[in-house]
Amino acid sequence: MNNNYQKHQLEAIALNVREHIIRMSTDGGCFIGASLSAVDLIVYLYTEFLNINADNLESPDRDYLFLSKGHDVPALYGTLAELGLLEKKRLQNHLSIHDHIYWHPNTKIPGIEFHSGSLGHLPSVAIGVAMDIKMRGGENKVVCILGDGELNEGTCWEAMLVANAYQLDNLIFVVDRNQFQANIRTEELIPLEPLTDKFEAFGAAVKRINGHSFDALHEAFGAYPFHPGKFNVVIADTMRGKGLPSIQERADRWFCNFSANEIDQLLLELHGNHTTQLTSETLIVR
Amino acid sequence: MTYEELLTQTALADDNLVVMTAENRALVRNLPGILGKRFIDTGITEQTMIGAAAGLALRGRVPVVHALAAFLTMRAFEFVRTDVGIANLPVKLSGFIPGFLSDANGPTHQAIEDISIMRGIPNLTVFAPADEDDLLKMLPAIWDAPQPAYTRINTRKTTHEHAPFEWGKAEVISIGSDVTILTYGLMFEQALVTVEMLKNEGLSVGLINMRSLKPVDEQVILQAVALSNMVVTLEDHFVTGGLYTIVAEVLLKHRATANVLPVALEEKWFRPALLNEVLNYEGFTGKQIAEKILGYQTLGNQPEIKINEFAE
Repeated sequence: MNNNYQKHQLEAIALNVREHIIRMSTDGGCFIGASLSAVDLIVYLYTEFLNINADNLESPDRDYLFLSKGHDVPALYGTLAELGLLEKKRLQNHLSIHDHIYWHPNTKIPGIEFHSGSLGHLPSVAIGVAMDIKMRGGENKVVCILGDGELNEGTCWEAMLVANAYQLDNLIFVVDRNQFQANIRTEELIPLEPLTDKFEAFGAAVKRINGHSFDALHEAFGAYPFHPGKFNVVIADTMRGKGLPSIQERADRWFCNFSANEIDQLLLELHGNHTTQLTSETLIVR
Repeated sequence: MTYEELLTQTALADDNLVVMTAENRALVRNLPGILGKRFIDTGITEQTMIGAAAGLALRGRVPVVHALAAFLTMRAFEFVRTDVGIANLPVKLSGFIPGFLSDANGPTHQAIEDISIMRGIPNLTVFAPADEDDLLKMLPAIWDAPQPAYTRINTRKTTHEHAPFEWGKAEVISIGSDVTILTYGLMFEQALVTVEMLKNEGLSVGLINMRSLKPVDEQVILQAVALSNMVVTLEDHFVTGGLYTIVAEVLLKHRATANVLPVALEEKWFRPALLNEVLNYEGFTGKQIAEKILGYQTLGNQPEIKINEFAE
């Protein structure tokens, strides 16, 4: 394991991204729970693993990140803003008709490779990109972030069959395993475990880690490619709403639209120890 | 030249072209050995194939994608709409055994709403060749264009030699003052029979091969309406959403009215059997169409209908 990475720097960026997400969860709201679970993954991937930056977006030799689980796009907006790919002030345009910062990823935002929102689509798009890289003899990596609830979609598994057949060892599926579908726990509705066994049975080289530990992420991704000829899967065990005890792991805190006062309280909660008393009547379960 | 030969020739001249199939190799049997890695068979996964085609197109490839028309357009519909349509990527969909060409396969395999749903997707263009000659004349332009396209593949051989293809233009075979038949795809063959029979009955008959259904040649429709007392839309498609609907839309847009007779499938899937029997049972032989138009029995003879080249 390489310890040259700046863990405290990653933690500082992740904290800023969480702030951005909280600020986006008002005036219309956002999928805050799903975004907060993916923050550390996305920050780690952009900062340490992927060769994607403001200068190489037009280059076919850059790496690719596909956000199939589109609800976590505020985490991506925040990360792109922190890394200078997206102007920070544009985050204030969240949900504005005059910008493109909305509830699902779209390619009008620099750094976003493909739109998503309909689940189970980007595994196959990522496969096409990974196939082409292989065909051209390229070295670039393709990461596709999936939600665990998203794994209900049959096309995820269809794509795994093809990734296995084409030995796409340049492709990494990262599962944000926050244990929730939209409104219900995965294991209560459509159980997924034993998830490692499932992916392995499909031919993947799998690592299962704590998705909020930069050390664990660094160790796992440091071992890429996990096994020659096998596509890679990282199951990142995460927590919905990570960083905000008042919404953590709550089924009714998937999509939230907080009042301005609650946003202030949540920002304090993020940095301190007290738990916000949420009273907003505008909470929406979609 | 065949479809496969044209595809081979084009692929060998353009490194960016990749050929994909969801394990439907009827049209591309010889390509794996010729194209190597540029031949991609994803197995029986129409949805994943379309998504992967979008990914390949993101990297600058032009994927020519093969599956049965029914599964390509319907099973993978949301992937076509979302990954190809929204992204406006140059993915070229080759749907084969569309319409009556699925003959004895049964309703699961009948693509008779494909024109309707594919033309409903913004950015997607839609083409329906009358026969193999027509197909080969239009494909170079379709593959070369920057837009996504759906082609209703028809490799049947006829003796008709078609005019060069022009994007968005119909092919005017003849002009007539009594009746003009607008058609596309497989029904073109039977329309030729219909035209002969109507001419023998003393009528002045026009025939138009629509070939490019989106973009559609609005002028040719308006001209047919202006010149003929009656217009017939002839298609192996549900009456809803296909050529009859396209004509209705064009007329309404231009505030024109016309005497239009649709010959299409009503609210039912067609009875499966070999092609000649299907056409006869469903009333789509040239002779039966002529009689529908005339409203009485003719003394004409229906020529033999050749059986399909392959069945999937």
